[in-house]
Amino acid sequence: MIHSLFLINASGDIFLEKHWKSVVSRSVCDYFFEAQERASEPENVPPVIPTPHHYLISVLRHRIYFVAVIQSEVPPLFVIEFLHRVVDTFQDYFGVCTEAAIKDNVVVVYELLEEMLDNGFPLATESNILKELIKPPTILRTMVNTITGSTNVGEQLPTGQLSVVPWRRTGVKYTNNEAYFDVVEEIDAIIDKSGSTITAEIQGVIDACVKLTGMPDLTLSFMNPRLLDDVSFHPCVRFKRWEAERILSFIPPDGNFRLLSYHVSSQNLVAIPVYVKHNITFREGSSQGRFDLTLGPKQTMGKAVESVLVSSQLPRGVLNVNLNPSQGTYTFDPVTKLLSWDVGKINPQKLPSLKGSMSLQAGASKPDENPTFNIQFKIQQMAISGLKVNRLDMYGEKYKPFKGIKYMTKAGKFQVRT
Amino acid sequence: RDIVKSGFNIFYVESSAMIKYRHSSPLTASHEAFSCSNCVFWPCRNEDLKEMLESNKESHKLEAMKRIVGLIAKGKNASELFPAVVKNVASKNIELKKLVYVYLVRYAEEQQDLALLSISTFQRALKDPNQFIRASALRVLSSIRVPIIVPIMMLAIKEASTDLSPYVRKTSAHAIQKLYSLDPDQKEQLIEVIEKLLKDKSTLVAGSVVMAFEEVCPDRIDLIHKNYRKLCNLLVDVEEWGQVVIISMLTRYARTQFINPWKEDGLDENNETAFYDSDSERNQTEAKPYIMDPDHRLLLRNTKPLLQSRNTAVVMSVAQLYWHLAPKHEVSVVTKSLVRLLRSHREVQFIVLQNIATMSIQRKGMFEPFMKSFYVRSTDPTNIKTLKLEILTNLANEANISTILREFQTYVKSQDKEFAAATIQAIGRCATNISEVADTCLNGLVQLLSNRDETVVAESVVVIKKLLQTQPSQHSEIIKHMAKLFDNITVPMARASILWLIGEYCEKVPKIAPDVLRKMAKTFTTEEDIVKLQTVNLAAKLYLTNSKQTKLLTQYILNLGKYDQNYDIRDRTRFIRQLIVPSEKSSALNKYARRILLASKPAPVLESAFKDRDRYQLGTLSHSLNIKATGYQELCDWPTIAPDASVRNVEIIEPVKTDVCFCTESDDESAEESSKESDKSSSASEKTSSESEANSIDLFALLCSQVTTSSFSPVKTYDLLHHMSAKGLAAKYHFPRQPCLYQPCMVAVQVILTNCSDHNLEEIHIGDRIPASLNIHCFNTIERLEPGAAVTVSMGIDFSDSTQAANFQLCTKSDKFNVSIQPVVGELLTPSTMTEEDFCMEQRKLLGMNETSATITMATANTSRLAINKEILSVANVGVVSSTQNDIFAGKAVSSGALVLVSLSLQQSPTALLTINTEKSVMASMLLRDLKQALVQA
Repeated sequence: MIHSLFLINASGDIFLEKHWKSVVSRSVCDYFFEAQERASEPENVPPVIPTPHHYLISVLRHRIYFVAVIQSEVPPLFVIEFLHRVVDTFQDYFGVCTEAAIKDNVVVVYELLEEMLDNGFPLATESNILKELIKPPTILRTMVNTITGSTNVGEQLPTGQLSVVPWRRTGVKYTNNEAYFDVVEEIDAIIDKSGSTITAEIQGVIDACVKLTGMPDLTLSFMNPRLLDDVSFHPCVRFKRWEAERILSFIPPDGNFRLLSYHVSSQNLVAIPVYVKHNITFREGSSQGRFDLTLGPKQTMGKAVESVLVSSQLPRGVLNVNLNPSQGTYTFDPVTKLLSWDVGKINPQKLPSLKGSMSLQAGASKPDENPTFNIQFKIQQMAISGLKVNRLDMYGEKYKPFKGIKYMTKAGKFQVRT
Repeated sequence: RDIVKSGFNIFYVESSAMIKYRHSSPLTASHEAFSCSNCVFWPCRNEDLKEMLESNKESHKLEAMKRIVGLIAKGKNASELFPAVVKNVASKNIELKKLVYVYLVRYAEEQQDLALLSISTFQRALKDPNQFIRASALRVLSSIRVPIIVPIMMLAIKEASTDLSPYVRKTSAHAIQKLYSLDPDQKEQLIEVIEKLLKDKSTLVAGSVVMAFEEVCPDRIDLIHKNYRKLCNLLVDVEEWGQVVIISMLTRYARTQFINPWKEDGLDENNETAFYDSDSERNQTEAKPYIMDPDHRLLLRNTKPLLQSRNTAVVMSVAQLYWHLAPKHEVSVVTKSLVRLLRSHREVQFIVLQNIATMSIQRKGMFEPFMKSFYVRSTDPTNIKTLKLEILTNLANEANISTILREFQTYVKSQDKEFAAATIQAIGRCATNISEVADTCLNGLVQLLSNRDETVVAESVVVIKKLLQTQPSQHSEIIKHMAKLFDNITVPMARASILWLIGEYCEKVPKIAPDVLRKMAKTFTTEEDIVKLQTVNLAAKLYLTNSKQTKLLTQYILNLGKYDQNYDIRDRTRFIRQLIVPSEKSSALNKYARRILLASKPAPVLESAFKDRDRYQLGTLSHSLNIKATGYQELCDWPTIAPDASVRNVEIIEPVKTDVCFCTESDDESAEESSKESDKSSSASEKTSSESEANSIDLFALLCSQVTTSSFSPVKTYDLLHHMSAKGLAAKYHFPRQPCLYQPCMVAVQVILTNCSDHNLEEIHIGDRIPASLNIHCFNTIERLEPGAAVTVSMGIDFSDSTQAANFQLCTKSDKFNVSIQPVVGELLTPSTMTEEDFCMEQRKLLGMNETSATITMATANTSRLAINKEILSVANVGVVSSTQNDIFAGKAVSSGALVLVSLSLQQSPTALLTINTEKSVMASMLLRDLKQALVQA
């Protein structure tokens, strides 16, 4: 399946290569560079590139291209999903997935890649299993290893590999037993010029951090499970139970994991928590444009809208801007024409606004499109769809765990067209 | 040396710079220069690595290996360290060993002779008691691409494929593919191994062996028949990557084995009419309603839950399975899940959108409710935007076109001009597909002609040209407008389009056309080739319709064209001149010039770029690239008559005696799976009417294969806990005489728990054991037992070959009860299979102290051979050895594995000599007592 992997940084250097079958010359990447040159933006490089003898499938994460070399037919998503899994694993191990981190830990990276694929077919991708095979590097462990000569590499087959719950290792022990769940919802919306909603939908995830001793069996039930329209589960969730009773029943992996992602049914009207009043005009023949933007909260059930950030790609004709924010700070990059305004928290009594003028290229005709605004925000302690967890129960172990549930709403791809 | 070094440094830098510079050309030459420079450059640094590798200190060696792996990762050549590295292959330090493996696999191909030195180490490791070491030895051994060791690899694979550990068996499945790519001549032998592994019931092995099957012998579909139902049932529990492979294999399988389910739906949406017409006759004659094969249904039902997988590849493969196999009205269950994938990474979106684009051409209805999910956001990358646009255009119909066009209006204004141009194309397509909006679209496009951006204008011109051609009515106004714009447009394609339009409809704009030609004559030499060609065309057409005004201009342009640098243009000029200008030698064509040049042309059809992609299986690489990729397996058409369905029936009794270890082990796992009540899979235990039969046959076969080893058992049940003394909880146990699934040294015990009280019993589990060291595998806690309900759980107890009772506590939420299980000596055995010769040989080894015997007088009822067998088997869990004279039985002690041989030779009916040979003399005497009792009593 996967023949080789090349990691390429933003400046086009191949800084790591790994082969699972016979060696493929790195000159195969030239076809990738060619495609890269043709693409205007880094994101526009096609994920699948054919070459005379191979096929290149790549993903771009953290400004690094992960290029897999394939020799014959394989579902492209299979490779893409695997590459993303590799990136997630690196992130899990090193905290960040940057060129520097990979170079610093090249031996661990190599050991990981060796375990993750055998002859190009995924062997162990479950984080818990990998961590038993190869322990993540920490400063303390590196020091201990240099002194005692012990190694980072496990000698036994990870217990998970053979069990029916491969995602959990046996013999987990904690003094404080705790299980935290974060319900995070994102609103994707497009708002048109007049302020009406073109499309809006809610996507949510439940991320969990479970640190429980032994083999706990958890059940999580909702007050209003009907809200969930389409769901995808971590493999630990018992699908049958969900189908029958709408209860999440599972033996959790140890540590952090995504339990569930869901989509809220489109029948429900989506409450849009902010509104934007805008007046952006360019006049024909004048080298000045007017800019006026005001934000306000609506339908937030009394919760504060925080961490608001407005960004926009202004038309190419704009040379510079001279704006006055009522709160927060703004920046404008005259080269990329990227305007971003860090608003902070919206105070309903005193609405934040950004007003001023834009200077345009002299002589150029007025831009024919007004910019689109991307808005980010956060609302704590509220799930905008109204989803509520009813209860969390634990079976199989005797102790009383500490349980916690947190709700949050965020803007996903939230765009306002003007 | 330093000077030399720095000199090489410079060379090195230069050559790598060169590489970066010449990305676009094939670089083999400079690449060689690059590696060459390494060869010369590295020796001076490798010396110290060599020293470190040869030192006595493990830490030095490890450090050296780490640096070497660093070199390999950077793609630098470290091959000459091979001799120094390979010495460490047998190191005790596991990390060092692993790094050596990495090195070995990388360079063994280049240094074949030296690589052979390491082979014996792996051969030894293949026999290691630690399954992990066995597996990794096989992994490395099979990764060394040295043809000489093919026979060794073959042997290792065969051995590993019958290993007790499913993990090792999984590794052997991977090794099959490696060996096949090294030496395709081994195919036949490898297929045998694949066949054996396909029967494996472990979920761990399933994905890997199917992968090997796909690689080595994808055409041997007959190997799948017997395993089809098993694979379907295991699917939910297989790891996610294996699921993808199995699903795609099963898709192919199903297309060859089941009949077309699409007939029943009748006319569905579009494109299918022709197909149904031809079929309708046959349908009438047969007049038989379509009934789906239960196996076909089984596949669809068991894959459906996987749509909820977090792995996008799994979701996609289920979607394609439904698309290719499910009845048309069921396909839409995949829609929601596919739309969900659009929230994932950019690359995932790209592939999923491509597939949706293909699907949406054939089945608009599937995605129409989700139209808004395909609205473009300004932050999407361009290739995602164009794909979304493609889908929106495919989804457009009379009802939603106004919404879509409004959305398109926003896109046209986008700052991403490439995307704006694509939108204009899309508008053009909507206009041709939906005649109601054709005029609106055309007006909109004409307005765009006054756009400031050139690409937008150019694209509009091209699309307008196509639209006008489809409706060549009174559009002279638009043509005039475009003629006016002509001076300001510089994009060649657009200029050429306008020229063509004026030429084609020159009779509608008789005044403007000659003037445009005049202007073109002036600029002819500086134009692009396509514009020149169209100018020649325009000149020719005007010459035919309006020769009075344009004769001279045409002559002039033809003269310019005659000496053009481009041979296409010279060629065209020559052709046109011969065609239109009458001369003495002029050919017969001359008469038809007008009919040739001014013939009415068929309008171009604007269709989706994804129109013909459906010839490839969805979700494949070939589909994504729209090229047939190497190794692509064509999805065949449904057979007209269903092949025999009975080939998938599994035989009731499998011949399992040949290889006890292997079979029992794999049986265990499936037994475990099927007994797991709270299984997360909806399918394995879900049995609806029609398929339940098929499933239960499977299950029955499974049970039979387990029993065959002991071929008997009227199970004796013992009381463990009486309900009067335990607040309503009653427990009984029996020895199911199955090999224990948890550990081979344990005896399997099944406990039946019954709630005789009138309230729920909660959290039934096993508490403390006495002695605490007692090795018990507990059953999972039973959360709740309703009044009157009973549940059977299995546990494993290691009795250490003694009949001492195992004492432990059976607890409920509120109470604890001490219980004990006292095993009968016969249950501490497990049957062993052997031939009569083996038996005699073993018996000869166990003489003297190890032999216990007694003469018994049997009850008359017991003198027949059948009765003897029955009695002995009821007492002890031993296996019958087929023999000509005596009744002989063989078994093994569960814990120690010591052989227990029982023979009964009739002397003078009813007297017989009962002999037991075993190392375990205590066991022997107890067993003798029990057997004697059973045989003497009637």
